[in-house]
Amino acid sequence: MVDKSIKILVVDDFATMRKVVRNLLKQGGYDDIVEAEDGVMALKALKSQKIDVVVSDWNMPNMSGLELLKAVRADAELTKTPFLMVTAEALQDNVVAAVKAGVNNYIVKPFTAEVLNEKIKKIMESLAK
Amino acid sequence: MNVKFINPFLEGTISVLKTMAFVEPRAGKPYLKVDSIAKGDVSGIIGLTGSAAGSLALSFSEGAILKIVSNMLGEDIKSLNSDIKDAVGEITNMISGVARKNLEAEGFYIQAAIPTVVAGKNHSITHVMGGPSLIIPFDIDEGSFVVDVCLSE
Repeated sequence: MVDKSIKILVVDDFATMRKVVRNLLKQGGYDDIVEAEDGVMALKALKSQKIDVVVSDWNMPNMSGLELLKAVRADAELTKTPFLMVTAEALQDNVVAAVKAGVNNYIVKPFTAEVLNEKIKKIMESLAK
Repeated sequence: MNVKFINPFLEGTISVLKTMAFVEPRAGKPYLKVDSIAKGDVSGIIGLTGSAAGSLALSFSEGAILKIVSNMLGEDIKSLNSDIKDAVGEITNMISGVARKNLEAEGFYIQAAIPTVVAGKNHSITHVMGGPSLIIPFDIDEGSFVVDVCLSE
């Protein structure tokens, strides 16, 4: 059973998309959601509070989702933070780059609430093992 | 323009709007557009580069986009506000992503730029490559929209 009280950080430069992802997560029973508009703001949020899962867009100004993932994995305190990449980039090279950088899972837009929440569940279950 | 380009964009449009906005757009017959006047009230445009290059534009009537974004956000939106412009950019990005993935299966490797959004009656759309573009018209109950593709190998 996945703990629904986990804190999820949603990172996307489009406010509308953050709202969409937030709504989809709420449909999955997750209520503790914080938002950041790019990788730089996400890192600030990660350093100032305990985040259980990052759900990040790939294409963002200032710091992309991939750069954020690499920064998280390179930071001793944040390195184990579960990371779900959300993107319109389904191209093979991008998937390989994200996996190499240590992404826990990958979700391609468009996606339903069921798919998103299943990915979160799988990440949390794999950590509990 | 290669007719192989039609289906990836048609399928991408239906897939994105069905999944994210719970609407099932009906596609009309594609045709060539020669002027640069947009066919809607708000448009998203994104540059494409790689083994085929050009641009993709989506142009929505007010009625169609208000319904689509209201469904996406789970809120009743009544005017072309910043949420709508934001969403048009994201929808354009997502459709481009699905279409490019479909084109990858056909041997085309295409990258996309960041989308831009333009609003207002009779605004114009300038495709990167110039020349005629292919229009795929769509309808939902609340209004119409078009997918406007200009792509060369």
